[in-house]
Amino acid sequence: MTDDPPVSWQSLRARTSARIGLARAGNTISGAAVREFQFAHVRARHAVSATLDARRLNLPQPCIEVESQAADRAEYVRRPDLGRQLSAAGRERLPHGQYDVVFVIADGLSAMAAERQGAAVLAVVRPLLADWRIAPLVVAHRARVALGDEIATCLGARCVVMMIGERPGLRCAESMSLYMTWNPHVGMRDSGRNCISNIHGHGGLSAMAAANSLAWLLKTARMRGYSGVNLKDETCIIEHGAGQDQKAVATDGREE
Amino acid sequence: MSYHAFLGGEKFRFSSLKQVLAYASPYRTGDELAGVAAPDPLQRIGAREALANIPLRTFLDEVPVPYETDEVTRLIIDSHDTTAFAPVAHMTVGDLRDWLLHHETDGATLAALAPGLTPEMVAAVSKLMRNQDLVSVARKITVRTAFRNTQGLPGRMGSRLQPNHPVDSLPGIAASMLDGLLLGVGDAVVGINPASDNMANARDILHMLEGVRVQYDIPMQTCLLTHVTNTLQLMERNAPVDLVFQSISGTQEANAGFGISLSVLSEAHMASQSLGRGTVGTNTMYFETGQGSALSANAHHGMDQQTAEVRAYAVARAFSPLLVNTVVGFIGPEYLYDGKQIIRAGLEDHFCGKLMGLPMGCDVCYTNHAEADQDDMDSLMMLLCTAGINFLIAVPGSDDIMLNYQSLSYHDIQTLRSLFGVRAAPEFETWLAAHDLIDARGRMRVNSPDILARMIPCDD
Repeated sequence: MTDDPPVSWQSLRARTSARIGLARAGNTISGAAVREFQFAHVRARHAVSATLDARRLNLPQPCIEVESQAADRAEYVRRPDLGRQLSAAGRERLPHGQYDVVFVIADGLSAMAAERQGAAVLAVVRPLLADWRIAPLVVAHRARVALGDEIATCLGARCVVMMIGERPGLRCAESMSLYMTWNPHVGMRDSGRNCISNIHGHGGLSAMAAANSLAWLLKTARMRGYSGVNLKDETCIIEHGAGQDQKAVATDGREE
Repeated sequence: MSYHAFLGGEKFRFSSLKQVLAYASPYRTGDELAGVAAPDPLQRIGAREALANIPLRTFLDEVPVPYETDEVTRLIIDSHDTTAFAPVAHMTVGDLRDWLLHHETDGATLAALAPGLTPEMVAAVSKLMRNQDLVSVARKITVRTAFRNTQGLPGRMGSRLQPNHPVDSLPGIAASMLDGLLLGVGDAVVGINPASDNMANARDILHMLEGVRVQYDIPMQTCLLTHVTNTLQLMERNAPVDLVFQSISGTQEANAGFGISLSVLSEAHMASQSLGRGTVGTNTMYFETGQGSALSANAHHGMDQQTAEVRAYAVARAFSPLLVNTVVGFIGPEYLYDGKQIIRAGLEDHFCGKLMGLPMGCDVCYTNHAEADQDDMDSLMMLLCTAGINFLIAVPGSDDIMLNYQSLSYHDIQTLRSLFGVRAAPEFETWLAAHDLIDARGRMRVNSPDILARMIPCDD
């Protein structure tokens, strides 16, 4: 016994990419929708195993490539501790200097996300930071968010912005998050970071909006001298769903 | 203090109670990551033998995190009820396991015992129990709570409706919420994880949820799952806050990683109590937990992740929550690798929460980097339903498009209601019937244009 979704679900579906108004078979979901779901799951599993290729970023400036201590994707997934530490060779590639901020494009759990969104955000945010001393761009492989703390320490940067691939979802396997950390140091708590998440081209936050939010966060953090849960986003949202979008990590235990 | 056991002529030695607990845990990646797992399966069974012979009183003397430096330990020790403990005070962990399963040990006995058990005792006994034992004992325990409806009644199972949206679009959230309500989900709570921590945005979401609830006069509660300090501000600004949410963990340091302490939870608890918004009850707190959160914050103090998890339940029970759930598979394969580990952890968390006296629910879920799929979730949801779980979380079509992971579908709640005869909270069920959303056998009517049109007359 199945029932085709009624016409009016069409208009509701225009408001969200969520799987609403699915046709049913008795209590449960129709077979066609179940098979589509299984297809999406396999695709997302593929995204997890993909690797980041710096050449595909089409960067206007040279970058420094580093990697964590995780040897491959399989070890990366199982050992987040290794993903938070730079390899010895990677550390040597980061010359110490004096910078206000370092941007890091990192694969995280979706290299595709970093490839598609990273350079786009960077292109918008850099001109907004005219008086900032910006470190050379770093591209990090097999990286967790906290790897940025060590990168910033090596480079002598007061702030790090990790632009990292989120865990892939069924609707979108290329969503990126930005983690901004003021005064980063190895072993610091996640409550000291601010996050802008869900940056992607399938109804997520646009690179433009994310970059504007990020610029606000950076300027406010520099003014107050801190980042994290105490830095609350008080900007007003002009158009709902298109405005600022951030969340402090570790507020719901659902990080990365 | 050191512990030992003899098995097959071999002596197994353990350096501390913490090590016995960790080694006795079923294999999981998170304990290996922490470097606390048993080095081999023989030592694991050796640890279980040693653990079975340890008197329960030992757990009051040898605490895994120092009393002086950890407020969670202080809470556990200072609130321990020796009178409630008396019936089992003479037992070892092994004795307790068998006693829990006795026919004579009923729900009332277990409810009276709860304040006498520390989280470490509860974690310990769970390590000596097979999956069916975790189900059998949990099923005896009833934990009733209430706000605008009554959760935890025998023969009932609640559900949280989770209509998340990647950019917190109000029409998007509303569409997912409507889908859930038409499928009879949401009596435990309509709870949204916001994509943004923007305060104006938070207020808008709360007002939208409140608007729907009031317009349709739905006996349910709503919640925005934002940081407790945000919710405190929202309450100060008179936003319609039903429940205060917070993620919690089992050590002071891990909670600091979440940006919280017992005092801020206490402040929020009192503030929410003073609002007086509940109609049939006064439980105003909602907590989420999950194995691995302490290690994730580098604050596990050498404990295995399951023991650390149960200590979070001691934090939860200090605030008489309406709802508590473990987000069992969300944390990822570095903590719970596959379907087998997720299922075991879900059953442990539910059992331990119930034995501690909590209204325990579960987010039956997994991520795309874990070795698990929807078949594993089917197994866990049916096991938890058999175990008498208070509530489960459901999202549209199992796919959370904001948090990018898979949970149960609204439909799964219907499947469980049909398979196990469990019903929604009575007040909510009455509402479903009044709107003709359920048929004569209590099944949700298959969505049809007329139901949609009746509920939402105009498409704005």
